[in-house]
Amino acid sequence: MQDQALFEYVLRLADDSLILGQRLGEWCGHGPILEEDIALTNISLDLIGQAISLYDLASELEGAGKNHDQLAYLRFENEYKNVLLVEQPNGDFAMTILRQFFFDAFRLPLYEALMQSPVAQLAAIAAKSVKETRYHLKHTSEWVIRMGDGTDESHERAQAAIDHLWRYTSELFFEDNIDEQLQERQLVPSLKGIQANWMETVKAVLSEATLTIPTNNWKFEGGRQGRHSEHMGYILADLQYMQRAYPNMEW
Amino acid sequence: MSTTQWPLWEVFIRSKQGLNHKHVGSLRAPDATLALENARDVYTRRSEGISIWVVESANIHATDIDDADSFFEPSDTKIYRHPTFYEVPDGVKHM
Amino acid sequence: MTQAEQERRFLDKIDREIKIEPNDWMPDEYRQTLIRQISQHAHSEIVGMLPEGNWITRAPNLRRKAVLLAKVQDEAGHGLYLYSATETLGADREQLMDDMHSGKAKYSSIFNYPALTWADIGTIGWLVDGAAIMNQVALCRTSYGPYARAMVKICKEESFHQRQGYESLMKLCNGTPQQKAMAQDAMNRFWWPALMMFGPSDAESTHSDQSIKWKIKRFTNDELRQSFVDATVSQAEILGLTIPDPNLKWNEERGHYDFSEINWEEFWQVVKGNGPCNKERIAARLKAKQEGLWVREAANAFAKKRAMKKSA
Repeated sequence: MQDQALFEYVLRLADDSLILGQRLGEWCGHGPILEEDIALTNISLDLIGQAISLYDLASELEGAGKNHDQLAYLRFENEYKNVLLVEQPNGDFAMTILRQFFFDAFRLPLYEALMQSPVAQLAAIAAKSVKETRYHLKHTSEWVIRMGDGTDESHERAQAAIDHLWRYTSELFFEDNIDEQLQERQLVPSLKGIQANWMETVKAVLSEATLTIPTNNWKFEGGRQGRHSEHMGYILADLQYMQRAYPNMEW
Repeated sequence: MSTTQWPLWEVFIRSKQGLNHKHVGSLRAPDATLALENARDVYTRRSEGISIWVVESANIHATDIDDADSFFEPSDTKIYRHPTFYEVPDGVKHM
Repeated sequence: MTQAEQERRFLDKIDREIKIEPNDWMPDEYRQTLIRQISQHAHSEIVGMLPEGNWITRAPNLRRKAVLLAKVQDEAGHGLYLYSATETLGADREQLMDDMHSGKAKYSSIFNYPALTWADIGTIGWLVDGAAIMNQVALCRTSYGPYARAMVKICKEESFHQRQGYESLMKLCNGTPQQKAMAQDAMNRFWWPALMMFGPSDAESTHSDQSIKWKIKRFTNDELRQSFVDATVSQAEILGLTIPDPNLKWNEERGHYDFSEINWEEFWQVVKGNGPCNKERIAARLKAKQEGLWVREAANAFAKKRAMKKSA
């Protein structure tokens, strides 16, 4: 099966999951308390699992005979199509949770919509992932509210994380001719509707958390086209280390 | 309690429909909502449950170990509460 | 009831294999021994996350990455189950962790050795978890109920840890010469520290006698170490790895393998804080604690605010 546009689309989803899962994996063993250490790893595991399914589908759509690991591990930096948001460093717990919250609030309505996709495999992945993502969003929302309406320090940290990450959020809704083409073929939803849904969630949670939405809407974009931040090279140096240092071996 | 220490909660899990919730352990959480979420992440990673109860440990009332004799031994002698106490002829069925 | 009578009752329960439960009367020394041993065990689980955790971002493929994440996460869970068991004895998790950070409480020395290559991850699963399981299976029958129950749960979950390690090494040993060499190198570095995991020899062990009498421990350090060696030799043969001990030899008369004397000087040095990674491990745990303080404080403050709102 070859479907270049759909391949690119699925690759974007897969790269988002992989890179965010990779970032969360850095927390394992270093969480603020054991219970939350375990919770963050659960989210990471869900994302890695989603990435595997999505890369399997992508490789089928590409039709080049690659397996999910070859797609995940053996591309150059500008061939990764994840948004800039997911590659941002973990920072403190507030930064990690807010990054995850912004992402979850986007992924949940997207998966809900993709469950209706006539691409059966994509709909199946969405149906499985939607349950995981709903839980992630619940958990991160609880934490955003607790940090925002907790102590002065936690409020400041949460607000600082929002102020920093806000610039990366509009890229979640980036659309180009790949999206347009697939929307025309009625295979995927328009991200405009997803964005409205996202904004509603963000407003509701931040308001309960007594946190404010930044007014500067200047956009940072590039990830979807393979132009990343400086962090990406280091992520790949770790991720690809074994595959690059010991090529063509099985592990 | 210090401001950074979370209270202790006891966790009870129903492993499947038709069974009682059973005590599986404890954990720390700041409130009931997060206690449930933590219990889900800590105690049901291998599909151990379909329903969770959490109770703050401080809210559990237990019998005093020193009262154990007076609480529980008196029932040991009431053997007539058990079906095996009664004799029934061999031929009687469905009883 | 007099103290002597209570003590007699307690020992009678131990003799009859009746578990001791949290509110039962127990000698203070029994309680302290348990808190020390269980917390040491809990600390080992938590510190044990670090050497393996440092390979999560570099795992060679997605399946191995997920397996490693799940395994290291289990260790956090096991630490938590064990801390819970100590809390039934009146201990406090935070206090126990602080004792570890200050060096007052110990954890298994094996985690003060570095995980240098990917083969170390397989080797840790096979040898280190293998040695731990040897210990833990014996502890499933320990006399203190909450400890025994935690161990049963832990053993059940850990059964995948050793297998995934062995499977991962199998890949290396059936792979390229470079991979095989990587596996042998890991074996060479981890074999002796793994044997040290069972603790000092029986002649040197200060706590052993009493712990055996109270059935906290069911086997001595040397007995468990011997079982581990006996079980591991054939597993190494199947992998095609050489155990780095020229004196390792089957002893027909004893029905066990003979092996060289452990380098006890190294053992005690590492216990005392002079292992390759002692300082790094403690520093990492301390950092996690300190950076988590504001998070816990925030959640407590929020809970308090909500409770006040509710009652208002």
